[in-house]
Amino acid sequence: MTMKDKFLEVSAIKDGTVIDHIPADSLFKVVSILKLEKIEGMITFGTNLISKKLGRKGIIKLSGVFFKDKDINRIALIAPDAKLNIIRDYSVVEKKVVEIPDEINGIVKCVNPQCVTNHEKISTRFHVIDKKEVKLRCHYCEKLTVKEHMTIL
Amino acid sequence: MLNKSLISITDFSKDDYLKILDTAAGFEKKSYQDLLKGKVIATLFFEPSTRTRLSFESAINRIGGKVIGFSDSVTSSVTKGETLYDTIRVVSNYAELIVMRHPLEGSARYASELTKIPVINAGDGANQHPTQTLLDLYSIQKTQGKLTDLNIFMVGDLKYGRTVHSLLMALSEFNATFYFISPDELRMPEEYKILLNSIGLQYHESRELNGNIKNADIVYMTRVQKERFSDPIEYEKTKNAYVLRDEMLAGTRENMRVLHPLPRVNEINTDVDANPKAYYFQQTENGVYVRQAIISLILGLKS
Repeated sequence: MTMKDKFLEVSAIKDGTVIDHIPADSLFKVVSILKLEKIEGMITFGTNLISKKLGRKGIIKLSGVFFKDKDINRIALIAPDAKLNIIRDYSVVEKKVVEIPDEINGIVKCVNPQCVTNHEKISTRFHVIDKKEVKLRCHYCEKLTVKEHMTIL
Repeated sequence: MLNKSLISITDFSKDDYLKILDTAAGFEKKSYQDLLKGKVIATLFFEPSTRTRLSFESAINRIGGKVIGFSDSVTSSVTKGETLYDTIRVVSNYAELIVMRHPLEGSARYASELTKIPVINAGDGANQHPTQTLLDLYSIQKTQGKLTDLNIFMVGDLKYGRTVHSLLMALSEFNATFYFISPDELRMPEEYKILLNSIGLQYHESRELNGNIKNADIVYMTRVQKERFSDPIEYEKTKNAYVLRDEMLAGTRENMRVLHPLPRVNEINTDVDANPKAYYFQQTENGVYVRQAIISLILGLKS
């Protein structure tokens, strides 16, 4: 199957962004992190599509939407293999991968039950100290939250 | 340091530590000075800590400042359900500096981001207590005449003890050699050993206290608390293994001093108190000078 055939499984877009290789069970979290519910343009979602790499994957096609790197990188924690195809006039003009940013704001819950962010109305904030293993240090309580104990807010 | 909050020991540099110790030595010579005249400092203790609060209030009073605040959350509007956010926003209008103790970890950092006035963390849960670390450094420097190249023994609960973690971070700037003595369940966490490895500092671990402190310059004792043990039988077996007794000090170095952040329970037998190597009560006195130094440096007061 060629790249073009794959896109046709959902529907082609003229200009915009395709986010591919999202783990199927993270699709709706990606929607929420990117606040796609607030976007007025046409969006197509696909989920439980067959993927050699992920088993089942999700895909999002956004017509007329282009992301800034810092915004799209917010999904890197839950969709580390996500790939972006930037579409202009029905053709892929650029491909991008996501990268875990140095700081993560408001996505992950701090694992420490005594952390102030779990008691007051505060957006969580983490400094990423290990991108490969995904280790986050809470900006407030300084405790580590690691991948296996991570809860997405 | 001017107008800077002190939340975590890593907020300040090695030069800052030395400046604080130097200033504290000045206050030790002349503790009563009218530097803070007409200024108001808030001490907000959301959980009781009599020793720390009195030390801060004594420090403020000796330099002529006025104190407002509360000593536990029962006597504050927290019991009416006020958020930390609101409390800090309001108190910021009343004082030039906030000293704060709170049971939640990260609360002091959060508070410092809500206000333009500086915040000194007087303990946020099990996280940080930087003024304790600075007074520990002052006590070490005063008793040893230096901070560099010392053999530092840390004894007891090295897993949860925030004072040993912060002290380790601070002393890692001064080429210390560390000796960790604790039960298996309460060993120094990996992350601190990784830190020491990364800067090439030596450390040794042992389960035995008795007979093991002959080459110590500083023995830093901490409490082994029952609730830290998953197995109560383990606690019963180990609780007496980490008690320092006077006879254990025989044959130790002349310059060796025993420190403890206090309160102690039974981990230092009272027969040690009379030994000239016991330093934990003088250590609390040093706390006042160090807090005077920190407050005056943050507020830019010249003594």
